[in-house]
Amino acid sequence: MRSFYAIFKRELYVYFSSPIAYVVVTIFLLLSGYFFYSAFAYFSMISMQAMRMPGVGGINVTEMVLHPTFGNMSVIMLLMMPLLTMRLFAEEKKAGTLELMLSYPVRETELLFGKFAACMVVFFIMLFLTWLYPFLLWLYAKPDIGPIVTGYLGLFLMGAAFIALGLMVSSLTENQIVAAAISFGAILMFWLIGWSEAFAGPALGKVLSHLSLLGHFENFSKGVIDTRDMVYYINFNILFLFMTMRSLESKRWRG
Amino acid sequence: MIEVDCLTKYFGSVPAVVDVSFRVEKGEIVGFLGPNGAGKTTTIRMLNGFFPPTSGSARINGFDVFDRSIDVRRQLGYLPEHIPLYKEMRTEAYLRFVAEVKGVPAGQRQREVDRVIEQCGLRSVRKKFLGKLSKGFQQRVGVAQAILNDPDVLILDEPTIGLDPKQIIQIRELIKSFAGYKTVLLSTHILPEVSMICQRVVIINEGRIVAEDTPEGLTGKDKTKVALEIKAPRAETLTRLRAVPGVAAVSAEARPGGHTGRYVVEMEQGKDVRDAIVQSIVGAGWSLLEMHTLRLSLEDIFIRLVTEEQGREEV
Repeated sequence: MRSFYAIFKRELYVYFSSPIAYVVVTIFLLLSGYFFYSAFAYFSMISMQAMRMPGVGGINVTEMVLHPTFGNMSVIMLLMMPLLTMRLFAEEKKAGTLELMLSYPVRETELLFGKFAACMVVFFIMLFLTWLYPFLLWLYAKPDIGPIVTGYLGLFLMGAAFIALGLMVSSLTENQIVAAAISFGAILMFWLIGWSEAFAGPALGKVLSHLSLLGHFENFSKGVIDTRDMVYYINFNILFLFMTMRSLESKRWRG
Repeated sequence: MIEVDCLTKYFGSVPAVVDVSFRVEKGEIVGFLGPNGAGKTTTIRMLNGFFPPTSGSARINGFDVFDRSIDVRRQLGYLPEHIPLYKEMRTEAYLRFVAEVKGVPAGQRQREVDRVIEQCGLRSVRKKFLGKLSKGFQQRVGVAQAILNDPDVLILDEPTIGLDPKQIIQIRELIKSFAGYKTVLLSTHILPEVSMICQRVVIINEGRIVAEDTPEGLTGKDKTKVALEIKAPRAETLTRLRAVPGVAAVSAEARPGGHTGRYVVEMEQGKDVRDAIVQSIVGAGWSLLEMHTLRLSLEDIFIRLVTEEQGREEV
């Protein structure tokens, strides 16, 4: 436990003593802010027009602003998260510091969760700083609070899944670029795998659509908490953290 | 205590270490010697559990390095060959991090860090980034992290590499001070270092142990040679020296002009006939200008063992 805390603190220190965290968070906020602005501006333009034309109804701030904003944020995360996770193991493997670290009485779980937790904190800060957008929305448009909360819950779970996957990939290589490329590719694959549903046959199609990272996010961004989606993201996390564990442990027995 | 039993490691089909067995008792400092690529680092990596042996086993303080890895690592201080440091951390913060990871209780952490900073002479670079330190300081930070939490067993891979002569002496003194209460395995190329610090030497070549003895034992096995400088006619001196009982061989160093000549006398195994030689020369009325014993250095033995091994294989 002591080692977990030490590793967690060190990883956070690395994120914030180097430009990594600042750059990734800033770019994320810039892009998501821009997407929020365009959705909101479009929404206000439409509602102005609707006021002048009686009879046009069904304009919904949740559907027109929140839903696309959360969707866009998840896409930016897809691009940014591999950059946060790529260094976690690959860097230490290349520099040889992992060898020294594993000569200390540190359990693989402590190492893994120390790194996972530190990356989660950076991600959480990144997500937390977007509070301004729903706050602005709330000031002028009074949206439902429910979908905002579920949207953030969905983003949080999805980000955790990205981190778990990125950690595993990083533990397999000593090259950070390779780690980023593979995690990006793998996340995108999981994202789009649902597309094959249409032509994969009924049984396989159902399986594929259930595997989709995007499909499970839809409900959250609409304000629905479905246990199936929760279980999916949690399982995704457990599976990839478990595989990272195995990949770390394999050092000890692999010839 | 380190016990190594028939340790073997293959990388694919290439043997890196074959059937290596040795022991390092508590309180002993043992030198682990060998040319590059002999299998020193491979052996050491198996000892700290970095990778498992293909066959054989090793125990540190009674714990198997493979089955009881955590217990082993709790008592182990390890300095890798090229010290890998977190370049973006400052010396003191790094050592505090290592102390925490090694499980030093929070209350004692600062005192422990201060102790190693003192012992390794790091006071002037406390607040500097590790990536900005000179090689010598980085090496000393490496030694500092190894001795943090006062481990019973120390495995040091080339601890004095890249240090200047003054620092080398400092680190050697530090290692020597562990004699008697810590178990130290010291891998090195530098042979004088071994004769200075170590009580015993294990020499490894091409993955096999070729010799294991005290430095004195290794150097003492050979015939003693004596170098002489005598003021006398050369031919006569040679005959006279050869006549001394116990002398195995005499060779003369060619030197033009004058009467002074240099000779090397090889004595028969286990005999010391220096006395008789002196008597013989002085008895003839010549002057003995200089006399000293030629000791075979560890270097000579090392080279001989390593080349012998190669010769044997070629046959």
